[in-house]
Amino acid sequence: MTTLQLKNIVKRYKTNTVLDNLSLDVADGETLVLFGPSGAGKTVLLRLVAGVIDPEEGQILIGGEDVADIDAEHRGIGMAFQNFALFPHMSAFDNIASPLTATNATKDAISAGVHKVAKLLKIDHVLSHHPKALSNGQKQRTALARALAGSPPLLLLDDPLRNVDAKLRFEMRLELPRLLAAQGATVVYVTQDYKEAMALGDRIAVMSQGRIRQIGTPEDIYNTPADIEIARLFGDPTINLLDVTPKSVPDGVYVELSNVKVALPGMPSDVVGKTCVIGLRPETIAFTDAGAPGAIPVTVEAETPLNEKTVTLVLTARGREILVSRPAGTPGPVSGPAHIAVNGQAAFLFDKESGGLIRSAATPMTRNGEAA
Amino acid sequence: METTSTLEKTLRLIALTLVVIFFMFPIFWIFLMSFQTNETILTIPPSIIFTPTLSNYAALITGKLTTAAGTLDIAFMRNLGNSIFLSVTSVALALVLGVPAAYAFARHKFKGSEDIAFTLLSFRFAPPLLVLLPLTQYFQWLGLSDTYFGLIWVYQLICLPLILWIVRGYFEDISADVEYAYRIAGHSWFATFRKIALPLAGPGIAAAGLLAFIFAWNNFVFALVLASADKQPVTVGALAFVTSSGIQYGQIASAIVLSVTPTLALALYAQRYLVEGLSLGAVKG
Repeated sequence: MTTLQLKNIVKRYKTNTVLDNLSLDVADGETLVLFGPSGAGKTVLLRLVAGVIDPEEGQILIGGEDVADIDAEHRGIGMAFQNFALFPHMSAFDNIASPLTATNATKDAISAGVHKVAKLLKIDHVLSHHPKALSNGQKQRTALARALAGSPPLLLLDDPLRNVDAKLRFEMRLELPRLLAAQGATVVYVTQDYKEAMALGDRIAVMSQGRIRQIGTPEDIYNTPADIEIARLFGDPTINLLDVTPKSVPDGVYVELSNVKVALPGMPSDVVGKTCVIGLRPETIAFTDAGAPGAIPVTVEAETPLNEKTVTLVLTARGREILVSRPAGTPGPVSGPAHIAVNGQAAFLFDKESGGLIRSAATPMTRNGEAA
Repeated sequence: METTSTLEKTLRLIALTLVVIFFMFPIFWIFLMSFQTNETILTIPPSIIFTPTLSNYAALITGKLTTAAGTLDIAFMRNLGNSIFLSVTSVALALVLGVPAAYAFARHKFKGSEDIAFTLLSFRFAPPLLVLLPLTQYFQWLGLSDTYFGLIWVYQLICLPLILWIVRGYFEDISADVEYAYRIAGHSWFATFRKIALPLAGPGIAAAGLLAFIFAWNNFVFALVLASADKQPVTVGALAFVTSSGIQYGQIASAIVLSVTPTLALALYAQRYLVEGLSLGAVKG
C-alpha cells in the first residue's frame, strides 16, 4: 500500500497539450477510477506514473517520495495494459513470473508465486501455453496476473476489460473489486465504461481534454454531475436533456414541456428567464393516464429491452426525443399515443451556456438509478 | 474450400515449370560445365552427353592450372577462404554495431536521428566507384590498404546500412507496450533489450544478416582495388582464369559451383527465416 500524488502535471507532445496542469491525490489503499472518453489523457497519465514517459512539468510522488529520478523498474508498480502487452515469445507462466524474476527470488518461490496468482484468476491450467494459444479472456487474466504477481503497492490498470467480450466483462466487474481488495494495493483504474467506474471506484475522477472535470464518489457523480457532459456520460440509458426557459408563479419556479407545467420545487427564482437545460433521468419518467395531473402527450416510437430494464423512446408534440425506462416485465404502451409524467423533484437543471449544474435532483439516486 | 479444376492445375504446373527452368537452367548448365574439359564445353552444338571429369576441381584444389602455355599457380582455395573470412567477420561486426544502433534509432527519436539514419542508408545509393579513388588514397596513408582489417571496414559500407534499416523496421514493429511491461515488471532497459526486443526481432535480424552476407560475398570492386592477391575473395580471384592462352571455362564453372555453394546452403538453411523475416514487417497489421 502506498499513496500517489500528482502535482500540476503538464505533458505535451509537440504543440499538443495532453495533460494540462493536472493534480490528483490517491489515498492509501484506495481504488481511484479515471473515467473519460478516449483522448482524455488517461493512458498518458498512467504511463507518467509508471515512469515510461516523463512529464514536462510537475511532480509525481509515490508514498510521499518524488519519483522523477527513479526509473520505471524501481517504482514498485504493477501495470496491466489495455492491449494486454503479453510477451509473445514466453509462456503464460514466464509472463506472470516476470515481476518475480526481476527480484532475487528462488525458483521455488517464483513458481509458488505464479501458481498462487494464477489460481486466483483461474488460469492455472493454461500456464504452459504461449499467448498465441490463449483466448482473449485468458490473455486478459494473464495480463492481470502479471500485474498482481509482484504484489506491488501501486497497481495501474489501463482499461483491462476493454478488449474482452461482454459476458466476461460482466463477470470480471463482479470479481475485480474482491480481487483488488484482497491485494490491498492502491489502485488507479482507467475505463471508458461508466458501469465499471461505478462498480469499482472508491472515487471516480472524470477526465476530459487533459483535465480532471470532477472527482468524487460514484454517488456524488451520479447525483451531482458537475456539468451536462458528465451527466450524459453517467447513466444508461442516457439522461434526457431538453432546452427550457424556467418561468415563475408565486408558489415557485416551473418549466413548460409540451405546454404542460412541470413544477421545480425548491428552485431559486434567479433562473427565471435564463436559457437552461433540464436533465431528466429516464428512470424518473413514468407512463401515466391521459387524465392524470401533469400528463404530457407523447407518441411511442420504439421499445428496447436493456438488461433488467425496458427502455421506450417517445416523441413529444414538438418532436423532441425522450427516453423512458421502467423495470422489465411491467406493462407499458408499445406504440401509438401515450402520456408521461415527469417528476420535477428528480430533475437536474443546467446552464445552457456554460453547461454547469444549477441544481441537482432533490431526490438522490443510488448507483442503480432507483430512488433512494 | 476453393476447388481447382484439372486444367487449372495443369496450366499452373506448366507455368511453374517454365519459371523454374528459366531461373535454374544457368545454374544447372554451369554445374554440367564444371565436369567438362574446355574442349567439350566449346563443342558446337553443345551436348549434355559427355564423359565427366574431375580435373577442374582437382586443378582448383591443388592450385595448379595446366594450360596450353604451361602450368599456372592459382590461389582459388585461398580466395575461397578469404571470402568466407571477410564475409563472416564483416557481417558479425555489422550485427554487433548495427543491431544496437537500429534499436536506438527505432526507440529513441532524438534531434537529427533521422538524418543520421538516412546518411547511413545513403551509403547504399552511391556507386562504390565514386568513393573508390579517394578511399584508395586514404587507405594508403592510413596503412590500411591490403589488410583484412581495411577490407572489413570497407565492407561495413555494404553490411551496416542494410542491417540497420531492416532491423530497425523490426524493432519499430514491436509494440512499445510490451517493452514497457517488462520494464515496469522490474527489469533494466538492457535486460529488456536482451530478453524482449532481441528475441522478438530475431527472424528480422537473421534475414538481415543473411542478406548482408550475400551482398558482402558478391562484392567485387572494393576487394579488386584495395587488396592484393593473397587477400582477395573469390569474386576477384576468378579473374585468374582469364589466362594468356585462353579462358578456362571448365575451371570457371567449377569455381562458380564452389563459390555459390556456401551462400546457397546458407540461404536454403535459413529460407524459413528469410521469407518470414522479409515478409513479416510488410503484412503484419
